[in-house]
Amino acid sequence: MQNTSLQFKKQVTVKLADVRLQDALSRLQTRFVGGRAAVISEIHDLQETRNAAAAIRDRVLNNLEQWLLHFEQQATARGAIVHWAENGDDANRIVAEIAAQYGVKTAAKSKSMVSEECGLNDALEQAGVAVMETDLGEYILQLAHEAPSHIVAPVVHKNKEEIADLFAEKHHKPRKTDIAELCREAREVLRPAFLNADMGISGGNFLVAETGSVLIVTNEGNGRLVTTLPRVHVAITGIEKVVPTLEDVTTLLRLLPRSATGQSITNYVSVLTGTKNQEDHDGPEHFHIILLDNGRSSLVGGEMQEMLRCIRCGACMNHCPVYQNIGGHAYGWVYPGPMGSILTPMLGGIEKSPDLPNASTFCGACAVVCPVKIPLPDLLRKLREKQMQRGMKSRRETFMLKAWAWLALHPKIYALASRIGVRIMHLLGGREKLIHTLPGAGGWTDGRDFPAPSGKTFRELYQQGKHK
Amino acid sequence: MRVGLFVTCLVDAMRPRIAFATIKLLEAAGCEVVVPDSQTCCGQPGYNSGDRKSAEALALKFLNEFEAFDYVVLPSGSCAGMIRVHYPDLFRNDSALLARITAIGRRTFELTDFLVSIARLKEVPGTFSGTLTYHDSCSGLRELDVYKQPRALLAKMPGANLQEMVESTTCCGFGGTFSVKYGELSTRMSDNKCRHITDTHAAAIVGGDLGCLLNIEGRLRRTGDHNTRVLHVAEVLSGIDTDEVK
Repeated sequence: MQNTSLQFKKQVTVKLADVRLQDALSRLQTRFVGGRAAVISEIHDLQETRNAAAAIRDRVLNNLEQWLLHFEQQATARGAIVHWAENGDDANRIVAEIAAQYGVKTAAKSKSMVSEECGLNDALEQAGVAVMETDLGEYILQLAHEAPSHIVAPVVHKNKEEIADLFAEKHHKPRKTDIAELCREAREVLRPAFLNADMGISGGNFLVAETGSVLIVTNEGNGRLVTTLPRVHVAITGIEKVVPTLEDVTTLLRLLPRSATGQSITNYVSVLTGTKNQEDHDGPEHFHIILLDNGRSSLVGGEMQEMLRCIRCGACMNHCPVYQNIGGHAYGWVYPGPMGSILTPMLGGIEKSPDLPNASTFCGACAVVCPVKIPLPDLLRKLREKQMQRGMKSRRETFMLKAWAWLALHPKIYALASRIGVRIMHLLGGREKLIHTLPGAGGWTDGRDFPAPSGKTFRELYQQGKHK
Repeated sequence: MRVGLFVTCLVDAMRPRIAFATIKLLEAAGCEVVVPDSQTCCGQPGYNSGDRKSAEALALKFLNEFEAFDYVVLPSGSCAGMIRVHYPDLFRNDSALLARITAIGRRTFELTDFLVSIARLKEVPGTFSGTLTYHDSCSGLRELDVYKQPRALLAKMPGANLQEMVESTTCCGFGGTFSVKYGELSTRMSDNKCRHITDTHAAAIVGGDLGCLLNIEGRLRRTGDHNTRVLHVAEVLSGIDTDEVK
C-alpha cells in the first residue's frame, strides 16, 4: 500500500470536517472503549498478565532468528512450506508463484493487514487471480475500492447508510437498511466464493513455534472456511508474530480479544497445523506460510524493539484522542493510531512521515491500555529525537527550542526576557484580558483565545514581597 | 519540612497567583517554603520535541538548585512527571548522576499529591461556594497517579460541590507545542472537553496544570463562554483566586 502520510496535516483538515466520519467515530468510542472497560476487569491479575504477555513477546524478540528457525522446522515437519519475504514485492511474487504452481484462478481471502502492507490483491489481480475478500468489513471495502481505516474494524469509518447504498449499487438488488438483511445479502455473495476458491489466503495472529501452527483469531467464521475449504492455503504474516508455545498463546489470548473488541474470547480461534491428513475430512492439501520482514528486522536489538511486541489489538487507537477525532485514513498507510505512528515511519522511512511522531499530546492513554505494555509515547519521543538528529525539524522550530533552552540556562536574562514578554502579552490582552491573535502562534489563536497574563512574573512579585 | 517550590515557567509568567496560592497551602500544611531564585524551566518542551541535550542541561540545573531540600513541590503534574519519571531516563548511562536524579525525583511531588500523601493537610484555607468540575491532566493522572488527591482536598471545602464531567480523564488537546503545531486538531480536542464541561453547568472548571487550563479557557472564551471560571486547584483551595486584594 502506498504511504501518503506526508499529507497528514491536509488529511486532518478534511477528516475533521467530514460529518459522516465524525458520526461513525463517535460510535467506535462507545463500542470499543466501553467494551474493553466492561470485560478487562475479568482478568483479576491484569497487571501481572500484561507483564507476562510482554515477557513472552520479549523472550521471542530477544532471540528472534532462533525462534523463527524453530517455527520453520516444526511447520515443515508437518507438511507446510515456509517462505521468507524481505519486502512486499517479494511476498506478492511468492503468492503469485504459488498460484501459478497449483493453477489457481480464484482466491478467497480472510482479513490480513500484512497483505495490505504488500498490496497483495492488486498484485494477484495482475497475475490473473481473482481475489475476493470474505471478512465482511474487508468485503465492503473491496466493493468500495477503499483501504481499511482500523486494524480490527476496517470499515469503522462507514455508516450503515453508506453500506446500504454500496450494496444496492454493486449487488443490483433492492436497497436494504436492516443490518441482519445486509449481512445475509453479503453471505449469499460470499458462500459460492468460499466453495469455488482454488486458494485461501489468511493472515496469522500468532506463529506457534513448538507446533509450527499458524493461529488466527476471528469472529465471522470466514477465516475457518478460507483456511480449510480450498485445496491451497497461504498464510501471510510478519516475522515478529512468533510465540514459543501454545501455553504462551493462552496468556496472550486472555488479553487480545478483551483489548480489541471487548470480548472475553472471539467466536473462533483457529490453530492451523500442517496439511490435510488422509483421515481428515477437510483441510488444505498444500499449506504455504509467508513470513514478511518489510523492515521489521531493523527494529530488532535497537531502542525501538518494544514496538515488535505488538499483537495488533487496536486498543491504542481506540483510546487515542487523536485517532478518535480523525480516524485511520488520515495517517496515510496501513497502520493508524499510536502504533501506526511508530510503525509507519519505522517500516516506511522516517523522512516519509514527518508528522506522525509529532501528532500526539503524549497523553499516555495508549500506553495504559496496551496489553503488551509497549511504551508508545516513549517510542514516539525517540522518533522525535531521531528527527532532530537528522535535521528534519524546521529551522524555526530548532531555533525556538535552542533559544528557549539557552534562556532557561541563563536565569538573569531569562528573568528580564520574561518580564518584557509578559508585559507585552498583558498589553495585547487589552480590557478583555484575552489575546485574539498572536504572531507565530496562529495554530493556537485560530481556534482559541490566549488568556493574557497579569503583566508581572511571579518571581518579580515575590521579590517585591507582595505575597502577603 | 523544608520544601523547595518549583513554580514552573508557565505559572511564573502567565498566572503568578497560582504560585502564591501554592505557598499559602504549603505553609498551611506546616512547611517552610523556599523559592530558589534562579529556577526557570524543567526542560520538558525540549525533551518532548526531541532535544535531549537541552533537557539534560536543565535537569542538571534543577538538581543543583533543589537537591538540598527535603521535598520539591510543583503546582503541575506535567512538570513533576518530567522530573520524577523522565529525568532518570536522561541519565540512564551515568550511574552517579542517575542515583542523585532518582533520589530527588522520589522527593518531588505534584502539589495535591504532596498535600494529601506527605504533608497530610487537615484543613484547607480557602472557601468556595458553588458547583465545580475537575479536569484530570494527563501527566499527573497517568505518570503520577493523581486522581483522588485533588478530589479529597476539594471535599474538605463545604461549599464546593464537585460535579464530575464525562471523560474527565480524556486529554484536553493541549500537549505543549502540539497545541500550536496541530492547532486544528488540538482545538477540536479542546472543543470536546469544553462541551463536557459545559454539560455539567458548573460555575468553575478546575485542574492542576496551567497549560491545560489556558487551553480550556482559551476555547471557552473564543466560543463565547465568559462566565465559566477556569481555576487552578491551588487557587480554589487557597482562596487566592483573583488578583484583587481582599
